Amino acid sequence: MSEYRPSILRGLLALTIRELKKWAKEPIILLMAILQPVIWMGLLGKAMNINAIFSANSLSNVNIPDISIPDYGITIPSLLIKQRLLEAFDSIGANVMQNVFGVADYFSYMSMGMISMIVMFTTMFSGMSMVWDRRLGFLDKVLSTPVSRAAIIFSKVLNAALRSMFQATIILALAVVFGLKISPTFSPVNLLGIYAAVFLLSVGLSSLFLALALRSTRHETQMAVVNLINMPLMFASNVFFPTSMMPEWLRAIASVNPVSYLTDAIRQLTIMPLDASMLVTDFIYLGVFAAVLSAIGITLSWKYLTR
Amino acid sequence: MTKNVIEVEGLTKVFNRGFVAVDHVSFSVKEGEIFGFLGPNGAGKTTTMNMLITVLKPTEGRASVLGYDVVKQAGMVRKVIGVVPQEYTADEDLSGYENVMLCADLYGIPKDVAKRRTLELLELVELTQFKDKRVETYSGGMRRRLELACGLINTPKVLFLDEPTLGLDVQTRAAIWDYIKRLKEEYGMTLFMTTHYLEEADALCDRIAIIDHGKIIAMGSPSELKESLGGDIITISIKEDMDVSELIRSVDNVKEVKKENGSYRIKAESGEVTAPIIIEVLRRRGYTVTRLSLTEPTLNEVYLEHTGKSMRDVEESREAFITHRITLRRARSR
Repeated sequence: MSEYRPSILRGLLALTIRELKKWAKEPIILLMAILQPVIWMGLLGKAMNINAIFSANSLSNVNIPDISIPDYGITIPSLLIKQRLLEAFDSIGANVMQNVFGVADYFSYMSMGMISMIVMFTTMFSGMSMVWDRRLGFLDKVLSTPVSRAAIIFSKVLNAALRSMFQATIILALAVVFGLKISPTFSPVNLLGIYAAVFLLSVGLSSLFLALALRSTRHETQMAVVNLINMPLMFASNVFFPTSMMPEWLRAIASVNPVSYLTDAIRQLTIMPLDASMLVTDFIYLGVFAAVLSAIGITLSWKYLTR
Repeated sequence: MTKNVIEVEGLTKVFNRGFVAVDHVSFSVKEGEIFGFLGPNGAGKTTTMNMLITVLKPTEGRASVLGYDVVKQAGMVRKVIGVVPQEYTADEDLSGYENVMLCADLYGIPKDVAKRRTLELLELVELTQFKDKRVETYSGGMRRRLELACGLINTPKVLFLDEPTLGLDVQTRAAIWDYIKRLKEEYGMTLFMTTHYLEEADALCDRIAIIDHGKIIAMGSPSELKESLGGDIITISIKEDMDVSELIRSVDNVKEVKKENGSYRIKAESGEVTAPIIIEVLRRRGYTVTRLSLTEPTLNEVYLEHTGKSMRDVEESREAFITHRITLRRARSR
């Protein structure tokens, strides 16, 4: 009869599997999930070719006259000067890249930033799906069952995290195909670290978006809020560009932006030499961010899910 | 003595902007009966139901289901009730079977029991043949039946139905009524339902409460309510230019006669029997009846009687409007 005890885990799994099934049963959504990173990497990653700026090619049209030194009676032909200059510029360029970005290859730098970006764009839909569930009456239906309120929220969080991890895998695989320059400190165990970091940021961000969507009934509002948060979060971080080159105030924002910490962790685990103390800092920051925001999400859902 | 399964006292819901959706409503539902909440859109039916099923918190007053308080013992209430919402909540992308199994998970029913019960319920609502098809391909009536199966998965003692036939065609509506009646007989459940169709309340409910502007304005069995309306309306015209009001009034069961624009508007009990008698009486006195019409009480007349207005411009939120449209669209899918 009605004496069954619904465990939190059972409800959480059931609701998460529902979301994942919905996702997997829609082949177009799945295809988009794979195509989107391809497009971003292919277009953005390869189009913003900062390496080319710092290579000899960008000096090819420079006119250099012959240099004559009459005192010694010699003339250095322009061709020779140019050749030397180009060589020097190539090596200066590589140096600049290394110093500014930490890696010589900009594609590698930015493709790992893409993982952070896809986490942001995947988690933002968790709030949206909450609004839809409310609008379609599914949320009220679930609220009338004995399932734990926490399970309702966490199923969305977990779903967002699993999807982010799936997307991160695709990006990583594609980046390797497109020529990711992996650091010598990389080992397969690092992959687990990447998943853990992606999981933590996904939990934090989706809790944030869900908390904002708890009472919202219009997905237009939710859309506006999400864009307002996501865009600054992306540009005030190290996703595309190192924070060291930013003005003081922007660097201050970037240094508290959790997206920067995820990006840094991923880069250390893949393309940069691993700095254990920095990596630990990254993980602690991401962990605290996830814990605090999911705690807030749970508290608020307890209070506001039932109107 | 039958005990009360639902007890409601002074239940009130005031929404954020000061809108009083439900205004000190009190009633009780006896074990084994079908109790209907009848009223126009926006009258407060669904709001009342949502408080009983613990989805909304009452602003004032108290309510209990099977003795459990809906606020303090919400968890217990949720275990013993089944809910069939107005909206089509089944997931379009999942199959009928998967949807009912998901409901079973939400109640924590052990897998083996859940599987058996899901198949039983799908058989009951005659969806066995379509159980592995996506809900997307279901017709409005099939979706309704699937919602019924979901609402019954935990063998509830009280089943709540919100507008169970909203947007369905006449045949499908009659079929759903049959299912509901069978459920009541087979499981001996207590049913609480909301509707804005008088004929639905009439066909199904043992007792009805008419609610408008958040207040219960009349309560009783369908026949009691209809009698309170004063019976059927017979309209008669005669060829002769004479006032026969007194003559008509002398016929048994005639309650009221009004002469309007050359015809007589007669309020009478059991109009289908009374009308021929009136014609006979008039004919015997040499009058010729040229026109006759008989109207039985309709929802409109119930409201006319109790509220004095027939059309309603209820303020509705944009959200409610869109939800309503989605519900209707799904109801009409084939």
